[in-house]
Amino acid sequence: MSGGALRLEALEVRLEGFRLAPLTLAVEAGTYLVIVGPTGAGKTLILETIAGLRRPAGGQLFLDGAEITALPPERRQTGFVYQDYLLFPHLTVAENIAYGLRRRGLRRRERETRVEALAAMLGIEPLLDRRPATLSGGEAQRVALARALAVEPRLLLLDEPLSALDPATRLRLRGVLARLHDALGMTIIHVTHDFEEAFTLGDRVAVIHEGQLLQVGTPEEVFRRPNSEQVARFVGVQNLFRGRLRPLGDGYSRLHLDDISITVVGEAKGEAHLSIRPEEIVLSREPLHSSARNSFRGRITAIEDRGTLAYVAVEVPPVFTSVITHRSLEEMGLRVGEEVHIAFKASAVHLF
Amino acid sequence: MRRRRTEPLTVLFAALGGLLLLFIAAPLLWTLGAVSPAALMAALGEGEVRRAITLTLWASLVATVLALLTGVPLAYLLARHDFPGKRFVEGLIDVPIVVPHSAAGIALLLLFGREAIVGRLLAPLGLRFVAAVPGIVIAMLFVSLAFLVDAARDGFAAIDPRLERVARTLGASPWQAFCSIALPLAWRSILSGMLMMWARGLSEFGAVIILAYHPMVAPVLIFERFEAYGLDAALPVAALMILISLAVFVLLRMTTRRPEGRVR
Repeated sequence: MSGGALRLEALEVRLEGFRLAPLTLAVEAGTYLVIVGPTGAGKTLILETIAGLRRPAGGQLFLDGAEITALPPERRQTGFVYQDYLLFPHLTVAENIAYGLRRRGLRRRERETRVEALAAMLGIEPLLDRRPATLSGGEAQRVALARALAVEPRLLLLDEPLSALDPATRLRLRGVLARLHDALGMTIIHVTHDFEEAFTLGDRVAVIHEGQLLQVGTPEEVFRRPNSEQVARFVGVQNLFRGRLRPLGDGYSRLHLDDISITVVGEAKGEAHLSIRPEEIVLSREPLHSSARNSFRGRITAIEDRGTLAYVAVEVPPVFTSVITHRSLEEMGLRVGEEVHIAFKASAVHLF
Repeated sequence: MRRRRTEPLTVLFAALGGLLLLFIAAPLLWTLGAVSPAALMAALGEGEVRRAITLTLWASLVATVLALLTGVPLAYLLARHDFPGKRFVEGLIDVPIVVPHSAAGIALLLLFGREAIVGRLLAPLGLRFVAAVPGIVIAMLFVSLAFLVDAARDGFAAIDPRLERVARTLGASPWQAFCSIALPLAWRSILSGMLMMWARGLSEFGAVIILAYHPMVAPVLIFERFEAYGLDAALPVAALMILISLAVFVLLRMTTRRPEGRVR
């Protein structure tokens, strides 16, 4: 299975009083692109237009260099997974997965072989004879994925695929998606309003807000270096990092990133993502002698005064952002370029 | 825990409603009770009665199939698309229910009569509507098609259109998506609409009698026997038709009862 390269050329999406600015966007073959935007930003419409389920009001779509703007959905080879699964209720799980294979005229034997292989890959073999109404959310979403993958899509379109699931299931399925992408290498476009999903899954992240495509880049670029105030405000201050964990043996672990290491609660190893809420990071001019296990010295690279609160970016590196009151900003007399100390507790680090 | 006392309001409403239920059930049961099994069998033994009943069942079935072929596509369009004049179309479908059925018969006669425009057009094809089976069929079709179209439309409307969209992305043409997704999921509604329409067609008298007194359908036969020979002569046929209608009705309840899964 190989991915397709998708290009949107001034694509216009419109629906009853709702419209998006013309979208131009190139997605390289094999990329996992996450489109983040608030609910109601028209993300579903974009996916449906790419799938050919809606006619664009203008612009063009190219898949692997060939124009597909006018191609009907059944000839585009895109897999589509909706947030609420949309399994065919009158068919068994196996029949759901085999649906696209039937349409392609595969023989019964071949269909069964393919269905079993997909079921094994997604861990749903015991469910094959069940009806969709009897499945849990996580099970249903795995079946929906298997059904979409069955037709070997050049493009897998995921519309908030994890949003309807409970947190534990969501975490598991996020792992499934990452593994599928690594194993199959197809192009995935995944829309969500969840920043953690965007940060952990995306090779690239596109931010859509108020009908505009604001920024496209790697997750690090988008979350650490928003290209506009709009993006910064929308994505918020995340203090998102990625690094390698090593257990310390005393109930804590160390996460190495850039030249520093951060102590976190719990013993774990391997690649991990973490975030720290800006209000958990304490700023001071003098070295801090507190119970906080993590303290570093850095240089202020930016101060954003928003009235009652102020955001201070401190480059250690990496860059941490802390929020303090406007009053303490004035009392400390902080300026860009000055050296400060930051500290946060091991328990303030959120691993995901 | 003390048992809650039944509200006086509930008691009063149940009594009033009970009167109405009695009003429905009593005449039907009385009619069935007034006819001995022997008399029923005797009526069934008469060629004229058997022919009338067969013709009624058959003509109503043909009308239902005609509505199935044209009304289900219409119902699908109404459920899936918005277009100017849609409300008018939906209203038009229900008009035959409110028009007096004898008036409907007159209206049909005006178009399908021997010298009328459609009647003359179709005569070379061997289709005669006055005093002929095709006339009975179109009379039944006219007065009962709304039952099938409305039921089918509601059935399609209850299916999430995104199910068909998913099917399209999986390689189904619009036609395949309709046949493999929409149709099976709406099938129960369509079937119950068909039964409802069939039952309504069986009982049609007013429109049929204007177009075709002969050949005689069962409701017309009941009328004729009552007019010519009185109540006792009409009773066995009436009882037979009530029994047939009840059977269809039980069938209908059986198709609509099981709420299988959730159709989304």
